[in-house]
Amino acid sequence: MSSTPLAPGRPRTRRPHGPRPSHRPRRPRFNSAYLFILPSVLLIGVFIAEPIVQSGWMSLHDWTVGESHHKFVGLDNYTALYHDHRFWNALRVTVVYTAAVTAGQVLLGLAIASRLRRTTWYTALLRTAYFFPFIASLVVSGIVWKFLLDPQVGLVDAWLSKAGVTPPDWLQSTSLALPTVIAVGIWKNVGFTMIVLLASMQQIPPDLYEAAALDGAGPWQRFRHVTLPALRPALLFTTLIATVTGLQLFDLVFSMTSGGPIFHTESVVMYLYQKGFVEFRMGYASAVAWVLFVVILAVSALQLRLSRYRDAD
Amino acid sequence: MPTDTLRPRSAPGVGGPYDDGPRSPRTVRLITAGRVLARSGAALSWVAVIVGALATIVPFLWMLGVAFRTNSDLYADPARLIPKHWTLHGVHAVVSQLPFGRLVVNTFVFAGGTTLLLLLFDSMTAFALARLKFRGSNVVFLLILATLMVPFQVTLVPVFLTLFHLGWLNSYQGLIVPRATSALGIFLLRQFFMQLPRELDDAARIDGANDFTLFWRIILPNAKPVLASLFIIQFAALWNDFLWPLVVTNNVDMQTLPAALTLFSSQSGVDHAALMAGAAISLSPLAVAFLVLQRWFVQSVATTGIK
Repeated sequence: MSSTPLAPGRPRTRRPHGPRPSHRPRRPRFNSAYLFILPSVLLIGVFIAEPIVQSGWMSLHDWTVGESHHKFVGLDNYTALYHDHRFWNALRVTVVYTAAVTAGQVLLGLAIASRLRRTTWYTALLRTAYFFPFIASLVVSGIVWKFLLDPQVGLVDAWLSKAGVTPPDWLQSTSLALPTVIAVGIWKNVGFTMIVLLASMQQIPPDLYEAAALDGAGPWQRFRHVTLPALRPALLFTTLIATVTGLQLFDLVFSMTSGGPIFHTESVVMYLYQKGFVEFRMGYASAVAWVLFVVILAVSALQLRLSRYRDAD
Repeated sequence: MPTDTLRPRSAPGVGGPYDDGPRSPRTVRLITAGRVLARSGAALSWVAVIVGALATIVPFLWMLGVAFRTNSDLYADPARLIPKHWTLHGVHAVVSQLPFGRLVVNTFVFAGGTTLLLLLFDSMTAFALARLKFRGSNVVFLLILATLMVPFQVTLVPVFLTLFHLGWLNSYQGLIVPRATSALGIFLLRQFFMQLPRELDDAARIDGANDFTLFWRIILPNAKPVLASLFIIQFAALWNDFLWPLVVTNNVDMQTLPAALTLFSSQSGVDHAALMAGAAISLSPLAVAFLVLQRWFVQSVATTGIK
C-alpha cells in the first residue's frame, strides 16, 4: 500500500540509514482506518457474527420463549429433527423446488437470451417484458398468481373454461400445488438469468464465430463450442444464485399457499418460521437453521466442484 | 429445451456480431426441405418467445384491471382483462381497510434509510480495506467474507431475541440498524476501490488531504456508478423484503407493504379490488423507476448479480 509514506502526521524528514530510530513521534499516531471500519464491524459483530454463534449454541438447548430456564440438551434437537416427518417433507419440497426452478430458470433463460441476442427495438421490448417480473416482489407475484389461479375470479381458469378445458385445482390439489409454485418461481426469475447471460454473450468477440464458420462449424457447433464455453462462468454464477435463493424459499409459498394443501408446499424456512416465531421453540428453530446452512454449503460446494471437473475436460 | 431448435439453421456466411450464426447471403438461398424446417422452427421459436413475454406481462395487466373494477364486475366475467366500468373503489377500500399511507411511509423509511446507511458504512469499510493500512485488516476482511456464506435465516432467531431485549421490535431502528451493513456490499465496493489508481491518493495527500477528505472528496465521487448500482439493487431488495419485516414487526402500524399485503390477502373474503390496488401501488415505485432507468437496473443486476 503506497499511501503510508505520504500519510499525514508523520514527519516528512528522511530517516538516516541504519536501524530504525527507537524514539516514536511524540503523540502516538491514531490510525483513522479503525474509525472507518467501526460501524460495519460493530454491526456485523452484533447482528451477524455473534448471532451465528448464538444460534449454534441455542440449537443445543431446549430454548422456548417464556420459560426462565433453557435446558442444555446436547444434540437432542438434531435427533428430533432426524425423526421429524414434517421437517423431511419440508426439506424434500425445498430441494424439489430448487432443482426444478434452477434447471428451468437457467435453461429457459439461456434459450430466451439466445433468441433475443440481436439488439433491435422488438428484442429490447421482449427483454423488458421478461425482466419485469424480477422487479416485482415475490409477495406481489405470489398474491397476483394466487388470484389469477382462483377458481371463481381467476383469469387462467376463466380462459381455460372458455377454451373448453376443465381447469384443475391448481393450488388446492396435493399433486399440482408444488408444480404450480415451481412454474411461478421460474416465471419470476427467468429474466434474471436472461439478463446475466445476455451481458455475458455481448462480451464474446465476433471473430470467434467468423473463425468457427470458416472452419465449417454449423449453428449448433458454434453454439456448443463457442457460445457455451464463453458463457460457462455466467452459467455457473446464475446456477449458484438460483440454488442458494431456491433453498431459502419462503415468500412465494407463504403468499401463494401458506404451505398447503396439507404441507405439500411447506419449505424449510417456512418450517423454521413456524417453529421459531409461531410456536416460539427457538432452540428447535435454530437447529433447522443450521441444517439449512449445511445443506446450502454442501450444495454450493458440490456445484463449484462439478464445474471444476467440467473445466478440466 | 435444447437451444439449437430455437435458432435458424443457416449456411455459413457473414452475419451480425451478436449472432451465433452468420446468415447466408440472399443470393445463395437454396430451398431445401431442411431449410423449410429450419425456417418454420425459427418462426415457432419466435412465437414461443412472444407468448412467453405475454405470460410475463398479462398477470400485471390483470392486476391493474382488477384494481379498477367492481367486484360484481369481476365475478360476472373473470375472463375480461380490461374493466367494463372503471372505479376507484379498490383504492378507496385498501386505504380504508389498511393504514395504507403509513405502510407506504414505513416501507420508504425502511428501504431508503437502510440503503443510505448501508452505502455509507459499507463504503467506509471498503475504503479502509482497499486503501488504508492497518493492523488486523486481513482478519476483518476474512471475517466479512465468512459471514457472506452464512444464510440470513441462521441469524434470524438470535437477532429477534436481541431486538426483543432492546425493546426494538416494532420500531424503525429495529428494522433498519441490523440490516445497515452488508458483507456483499463491502466486498463489491472493496473490489471497485482497489481498481482506482493509486495516484489519486498520492496527489490528494500531497495537497494535504487526510483520510477523511480523501474518502469523501476523492474516492466516493469516483465511485458514483457503482454506488448507484448498489443503491438500486439494495433499495429494490429491501422494498420487496418480506421475512425480515414480518419477524421484526407484528403491529400493522409498523409493518411494510409486503408483510401487510400478505396478511391482508390471507383474510377470508378479502376484497379483490382492494388487494390488487394495494399490490399495484406497492409495485409502482420500482416499476416506474425500472421503466425510466431501465439501463441502470439491467446494468446493476448484470454487474452485481444480487436481488
